[in-house]
Amino acid sequence: MSTEIKAPVFPESVAEGTVATWHKQPGEACSRDELIVDIETDKVVLEVVAPADGVIEEVLKGEGDTVESGEVVGKFKEGAAGGSNKPAAKDDSKKEDSKSEATSEKSSEAPARSSGEAILSPAARKLAEENNVDPDAVEGTGKDGRVTKEDVQNHIDDGKSSGSASTPASKPAGDMPQVDVGSGERPEKRVPMTRLRASIAKRLVNAQQTAAMLTTFNEVNMGPVMELRKQYKESFEKRHGVKLGFMSFFTKAATEALKRFPAVNASIDGNDMVYHGYQDIGIAVSSDRGLVVPVVRDTDALGLADIEKKIVEYGTKAKDGKLGIEDMTGGTFTITNGGIFGSLISTPILNPPQTAILGMHKIQERPMAVNGKVEIQPMMYLALSYDHRMIDGKEAVQFLVAIKEMLEDPARILLDV
Amino acid sequence: MSDKYDVIVIGAGPGGYVAAIKAAQLGLKTACIESWTDKEGKNRLGGTCLNVGCIPSKALLEISHKYEEASHDFAEQGIIAKEVGFDIAKMMKRKEGIVDQLTGGIGGLFKSNGVTPIYGHGKLLANRNVEVTDKDGKKKTYEAENVIIATGSRPIQIPPAPFDGTHIVDSEGALEFTEVPKRLGVIGAGVIGLELGSVWARLGAEVTVLEAVDTFLPVVDQQVAKDALKQFQKQGLNVVLGARMTGAEVKRKLVNVTYEDSKGKQEAKFDKLIVAVGRRPYTDNLLSEDSGVKLDERGFIFVDDNCKTEAPGVWAVGDVVRGPMLAHKASEEGVMVAERIAGHKPQVNYDCIPNVIYTSPEVAWVGKTEQEMKAEGEEYNVGTFPFAANGRAMAANAASGMVKIIADAKTDRIVGFHVVGPQASEIVAQGVIAMEFGSSAEDLALTCFAHPTLSESVHEAALGVAGGAIHIANRRKKK
Repeated sequence: MSTEIKAPVFPESVAEGTVATWHKQPGEACSRDELIVDIETDKVVLEVVAPADGVIEEVLKGEGDTVESGEVVGKFKEGAAGGSNKPAAKDDSKKEDSKSEATSEKSSEAPARSSGEAILSPAARKLAEENNVDPDAVEGTGKDGRVTKEDVQNHIDDGKSSGSASTPASKPAGDMPQVDVGSGERPEKRVPMTRLRASIAKRLVNAQQTAAMLTTFNEVNMGPVMELRKQYKESFEKRHGVKLGFMSFFTKAATEALKRFPAVNASIDGNDMVYHGYQDIGIAVSSDRGLVVPVVRDTDALGLADIEKKIVEYGTKAKDGKLGIEDMTGGTFTITNGGIFGSLISTPILNPPQTAILGMHKIQERPMAVNGKVEIQPMMYLALSYDHRMIDGKEAVQFLVAIKEMLEDPARILLDV
Repeated sequence: MSDKYDVIVIGAGPGGYVAAIKAAQLGLKTACIESWTDKEGKNRLGGTCLNVGCIPSKALLEISHKYEEASHDFAEQGIIAKEVGFDIAKMMKRKEGIVDQLTGGIGGLFKSNGVTPIYGHGKLLANRNVEVTDKDGKKKTYEAENVIIATGSRPIQIPPAPFDGTHIVDSEGALEFTEVPKRLGVIGAGVIGLELGSVWARLGAEVTVLEAVDTFLPVVDQQVAKDALKQFQKQGLNVVLGARMTGAEVKRKLVNVTYEDSKGKQEAKFDKLIVAVGRRPYTDNLLSEDSGVKLDERGFIFVDDNCKTEAPGVWAVGDVVRGPMLAHKASEEGVMVAERIAGHKPQVNYDCIPNVIYTSPEVAWVGKTEQEMKAEGEEYNVGTFPFAANGRAMAANAASGMVKIIADAKTDRIVGFHVVGPQASEIVAQGVIAMEFGSSAEDLALTCFAHPTLSESVHEAALGVAGGAIHIANRRKKK
């Protein structure tokens, strides 16, 4: 039974995407939810996974081809797969050596051809002979899967860099040069950037070059919030079924501050300043694949419990690699927390087209001067990076002060003072 | 009263008639509209290519080449042929005979494949309706599920030298001279200008080709182009580069041409002037206001990579759309469109379309030129082999020119294949096939070529890419 492999639905602002990498070839076995193909858009790399156990039947859009939202990129056949069914490691593994990983996967799983069928060009044959490469282990990129000289050369190069010399036919391991990065003198490992990292890199550089970005700092005494948490932790969890964390306080405080300083909640679109009448706050979470920023919508309408629930939901989705592009677009403000890794102070980078981002940091007990006496208080440095084209220094500072005051005296949020 | 078809093709040239035949073969009810009539008013299929382009020009090139060989080259080879002459009227009849055979052949193919020919001028209306006006002015409208526009192109006329059909002519007129002009001027040293100039030069005309651009054949690999120019000049073809024509006046049966070159204002007198400065897409009276088809800024019908126009169900192929104006490109697009209409998904590989200039020596190429590789900053290796070192070429008394292969420096994949010399048009096909299969230069070097052949030069050039040619000294590579 054959089904279509479709590109995911793109959000409105994204016109088209490009097929970035096919992780599976026609005839190759896939297990359910295994990564089949990456579709790259301006904003993010979208992953398409196998709908069930089966086999890729046909590739209709090759790497580099443009695809539209929802367009069919290939055909999938459910059911028994040909060749060995070794479940391939998902691409969200920490190894960024995607190219050689894919090649070594292919050499250990049975390729589309059965042995002895590979068609090699004359130069490919010669090169394979000279380097003891089994032709059937090489992925052919020529017409109808023919193996070109280039393919054999790439196979040899990958064998050298990834250190895996596995080929289906038993060749003595000593023939392939085994290079292990880590042993020997001054080893180096060259690894191409994954598509996600490359597109993150592109956006960040763009953000820095277009915005007049700077950062203002302040510090907040987290004592009152911590007290509040201690006092109501159990009843909160009992009533709402979710733990009371810090993020919901920050989100609420930020929401109130955004209402008071609309410029911080706005975006720049060409020569226009777009003021949003709602607050969609992105909460940066770290996933295995990198930093992702899912957006909690309409935070003004949400209570602390709702915010906590949403954060937990996004955290799970991020871990499972199931965050959709619609989860990540359209935020008006972002909160990032470097403190969970131990950062004391930092200058977060803007998330375009937003004009400001709030950085939370580690809570560190410090001696503070209080009414002429020294007291130990749990302090957190706050950083607000902002786009000076939109937001004046005074506004930015006052915004941050408002957040600080609301956190140090949560009653302010209730009383709106 | 309208008839309904699955496919209506407008134009029966190499794009149109091929698309029509393919569509019919795939089971679609197909009609093909053609407005061309000859001097006697007879309907003619085959378009520009068969009637006034590729075929008649090749016929005259062959004939004139044979004459030139017989009158100039036989003696040194030991053949004594006194008083070799020619009869232009008979030459033209011979040319027309070949054209008749081929255009009639298309009629036969239409019949055997079930394509309905419709004679008249086709105009695309809204909703894929096509209105045909026959030679008596009667109009009839046909309905179609799909329309393929293949109306081709026309020679460009320039204001300083308007065609008058006798003294100042286009390519069509240049094929019809009733006698050899004593002095022949050609404006434009492109493919057509060079071919037509060659024909009459061989038959005794004093030919001057005026080219406005400073470079000879800028789209051809320059090493190859320079070789070709040297050979043309040796044959007596006078090519003036950087010469911009400013006026052409017909006075007392002579054409006075004024032009400007690097040395200043010049004047020349010719008995006939051929203007061959390019061709424009032909869309006159083709599209109604509401047809839905758009033209691009240069007047070509706008299509996507699969030859679809902006109007649903309307396609366009050949000279009337973007891309090289070549008959085989039109045919490939015609086949692709017919197959797409029938539900398949073929594509045309525009990177592997060969180009040929049918002068003698012939010039043929496919893929990238060396100057393109340099401009793109790509690293490459080159192998060349001169026909002067090829035994078969020597035996055929045509030992000039070369084969040049350009390969990507990293992958050794062949990215450019260029030939100037005897049978270049045939030899280039080897390059096209190699490139279609992603061949590396080493692949060709490891392939066995028959000896003695002209094609062996391909083998040697391929060996030369890696510096391993056997039959010439290998130049040390500069790094």
